[in-house]
Amino acid sequence: MKARQKRLVFIGLAIIGIGAASTLAITALNSNISYFFSPSQVLANEAPPNHVFRLGGLVTKGSLIRESDSLKIHFDVTDNAKTVKVIYTGILPDLFSEGKGVVTKGKLGADGVFYAEEVLAKHDEEYVPPEVASTLKTAHAEGVTNTATTSNGASN
Amino acid sequence: MNVNWFKFASPPAFYSLAGRLIPIFWGLTLTLLVIGLYWGFFQTTDQLGGSNPQKEYYRIIFIHVSSAWMSMWLYFVMVVWAAIGLVFNTRLSFMMAKAIAPTGAVFTFLALWTGAFWGRPSWGTYWDWDPRLTSELVLFFMYIGYIALHSAIDDIRRADRASALLAIVGLVMVPVIFWSINCPDPNQCAALHQRSNLTKIDGNILFAMLTMSLAFWMYSFAATFMRLRSLILTREAESIWVRELLTQRGEQ
Repeated sequence: MKARQKRLVFIGLAIIGIGAASTLAITALNSNISYFFSPSQVLANEAPPNHVFRLGGLVTKGSLIRESDSLKIHFDVTDNAKTVKVIYTGILPDLFSEGKGVVTKGKLGADGVFYAEEVLAKHDEEYVPPEVASTLKTAHAEGVTNTATTSNGASN
Repeated sequence: MNVNWFKFASPPAFYSLAGRLIPIFWGLTLTLLVIGLYWGFFQTTDQLGGSNPQKEYYRIIFIHVSSAWMSMWLYFVMVVWAAIGLVFNTRLSFMMAKAIAPTGAVFTFLALWTGAFWGRPSWGTYWDWDPRLTSELVLFFMYIGYIALHSAIDDIRRADRASALLAIVGLVMVPVIFWSINCPDPNQCAALHQRSNLTKIDGNILFAMLTMSLAFWMYSFAATFMRLRSLILTREAESIWVRELLTQRGEQ
């Protein structure tokens, strides 16, 4: 084998090794549970007790309560299977809303309530103007036959 | 048309070719930048709707996504040149890899920086140790490590080979960054960063985003070739063609 071919084989093997390392890292990321815990995991006691961790899921519709005399906020986080109550004092991010994704950081109290120090809003990868979004949503949710009657209530 | 591509593997030939190409790439960069920014600011919606009701600040996407793409793409191209250099011992390939690194680092920084300013209003934080954000930060360190290692070794041939190996090892990060949000099962990707899906983006927004990406790509060519020309001159300073070039310049 010429020296050049040897180097080619060497680099080829190196790249195969790196591919393997990448695959392993991605597998590790896929089974990653440490970025946030779902409500089901929290209720199954998989989250570390007495430690700060992240709780992620959807804000339950109709669960948001703002106390009138303070910045204290109550809401529920759900993964559509289990629900955890969250209490947070502070200002919510712009995109926080009911039914949308949220990542909160804090501790689970003995009373089963999650006391959040930080609340982050998740958003999805849809980037469309409001008009387009409301037509899509109407057609999707109400069915094409009902679009004419519900077009007023679709923009939120 | 029969072009002898290997002709341009010689530094003097590539030096003059790059000199002719640089103005073209600058022209393309500026044209695409003007179109992309105009379209991004004046032909797109002021406010997003639906499940992602972001306000004006969503326009950071035109810089953010384009520079994040370039940060990954340039790393890949840098590794390709580094590997070619290691296998065929070609001087120009190593110079190519070295010339790409600073531009790649700049785009990685830009992606992280604009991401922070986008994350604050939308998510509620400048930074979080989310898989996507963390892996992009590691990519930034890979670029910095490559540049630092290269400048830490005095002998240029050793520096070229050592940093090329480091670059190849760092390639492991590029698929990790990509799959950190695009893993097949969305329930397994616990992340703050949204997934990427070009089919869910409005046509005008997508057009501005792709135009900006092309502009950044053309800029990468222009900046890399300029850096490459000065690298060629520095490394070949003792050769006859550089001396002749300098005397010609002196006579003019």
